[in-house]
Amino acid sequence: MRAYASLFWMQLRTSLALAMQYRVDFVTDGFVEVFWMITALVPLFVVFDARHVVAGWTFGQALMVTGFFTLLQAVLEGAINPSVQLVVEQIRKGTFDFVLLKPKDAQFLVSTARILPWRSVNVLTAVALFVYGFVKLGRGPTPSDVASALLVLLASIAILHSLWTLGVSLAFYVVKVDNLTMLFGAVFDAARWPSSVFRGFLHVVFTFVIPLGVMTTFPADALLGRASLLELGGATLTAVIAVTVSRTVWKRAIGHYTSASS
Amino acid sequence: MSLRTTLRAIPTIMRVGFADAIAYRAETIVWIAATTMPLVMLALWSAVARDAPIGRFGAQQMVGYFLAMFIVRQLTGSWAVWLMNMEIRDGTLAQRMLRPIHPLVTYAVAALAELPVRGLLALPIAIVALVAFAGSELTRGPFMWLVWVAAILGGWLITLLTNLAIGCAALFVESSNKIMDVWLALYFVFSGYLFPVELFPRSMRTVVDWLPFRYQLGLPVEIMTGAYDVHHALVMLGRQWAVVGCMLVITAVTWTFGVRRFAAYGG
Repeated sequence: MRAYASLFWMQLRTSLALAMQYRVDFVTDGFVEVFWMITALVPLFVVFDARHVVAGWTFGQALMVTGFFTLLQAVLEGAINPSVQLVVEQIRKGTFDFVLLKPKDAQFLVSTARILPWRSVNVLTAVALFVYGFVKLGRGPTPSDVASALLVLLASIAILHSLWTLGVSLAFYVVKVDNLTMLFGAVFDAARWPSSVFRGFLHVVFTFVIPLGVMTTFPADALLGRASLLELGGATLTAVIAVTVSRTVWKRAIGHYTSASS
Repeated sequence: MSLRTTLRAIPTIMRVGFADAIAYRAETIVWIAATTMPLVMLALWSAVARDAPIGRFGAQQMVGYFLAMFIVRQLTGSWAVWLMNMEIRDGTLAQRMLRPIHPLVTYAVAALAELPVRGLLALPIAIVALVAFAGSELTRGPFMWLVWVAAILGGWLITLLTNLAIGCAALFVESSNKIMDVWLALYFVFSGYLFPVELFPRSMRTVVDWLPFRYQLGLPVEIMTGAYDVHHALVMLGRQWAVVGCMLVITAVTWTFGVRRFAAYGG
């Protein structure tokens, strides 16, 4: 465990050092990310300009969902997408051999291999959204709410990471999955809204196929201090299942890896 | 580079572009799936309008609007900017410039050739859904549909010319993909893609009228869903084509000045 912790720290330092080489990128990428996030907030303002309550959510409460969406988006853009691109490239070129040869777990190595810190500036936007939301609600969160929200957030990140592991595993079979990033981005965008907005078919898809509701609505409920035990347990259980399934699929998938020369 | 050579080459470039889109059909399907945002917005806005209409939009009108939006987006898309950025950086543009036909025309025709494949894959379902769920929202009368065709053409031209102009900007800076990112963010908000532009507060509406974005998507959708009478529709169409004219000038200027700076690898 300690070996992995220090390994993680080392990978992070390498990524940071790499990132600092391209300082103009650092600024422009960060700027573009924040700009996207802010323009993406406009529909929220327009919706709540027309209505005070949408699908049982007030403006302040809906801001929490958007906050968690922004936070997860930052994790996705900054830590998960870059390593996916890297591993897909390695599989195509055959250099994935070098990862497998290393004496540490390959899944850990690829998921921490590349982190783009400037893509994560939206973590700050998320914090701003939480603060603004609580100002709108006229109260603050209790420490226990924050704790349970953090727990559910951890589960969400685990689910997000699992979904990506499944996506990457696909790359061992079909090689070209870069566009999957685009596709997932488009679907994930729906997580910006409280899950009760969606009904019928979309509701089923977003609960059981891609658990978007679990990922952003549950932590928002937790932070607002109204998460039921069912929600907390459900999030944890979903995360455990997601991690187990993705781990199994990953193990099978690397069995299918044929390096470029063989 | 006469007009005749250009016209004679167009069918061939179209065929090549069409074959490209067919060859990478899995990719084309992913691209279509990535433009399903209107369907998410449809769910959201019909939930909002379920209890009481917003402006002139009830739940039914929202369904009509966003299904129409999905169709218009498929018909007016263009992604030439990514290709241009790649070709300017790796020098492939030099090969295009050797051909006896204007490079921008080849980009435009290739972009046009992608549309039929997308259309075949995405439109039948969307059109059936639109007619079935919101057929009553559609505009009546053949003349309005003619205006709609002109508006689609105008919308596509604005999108294409923007792509080409920002693509040409890559001749000045290393990569203009970031500029495109900023443009896209504004485009999503102000074009009516995420919500009808009528829902903007009154003070913002004037700004939206003067920006090019709503003429790319919002206008064709509004004409399609019968938001205008004939007179009003023609006025809006006139504004749209004025934007097309402006974009044409901007593209021509950035190309003319940019291409002088182009130094291909090995050149």
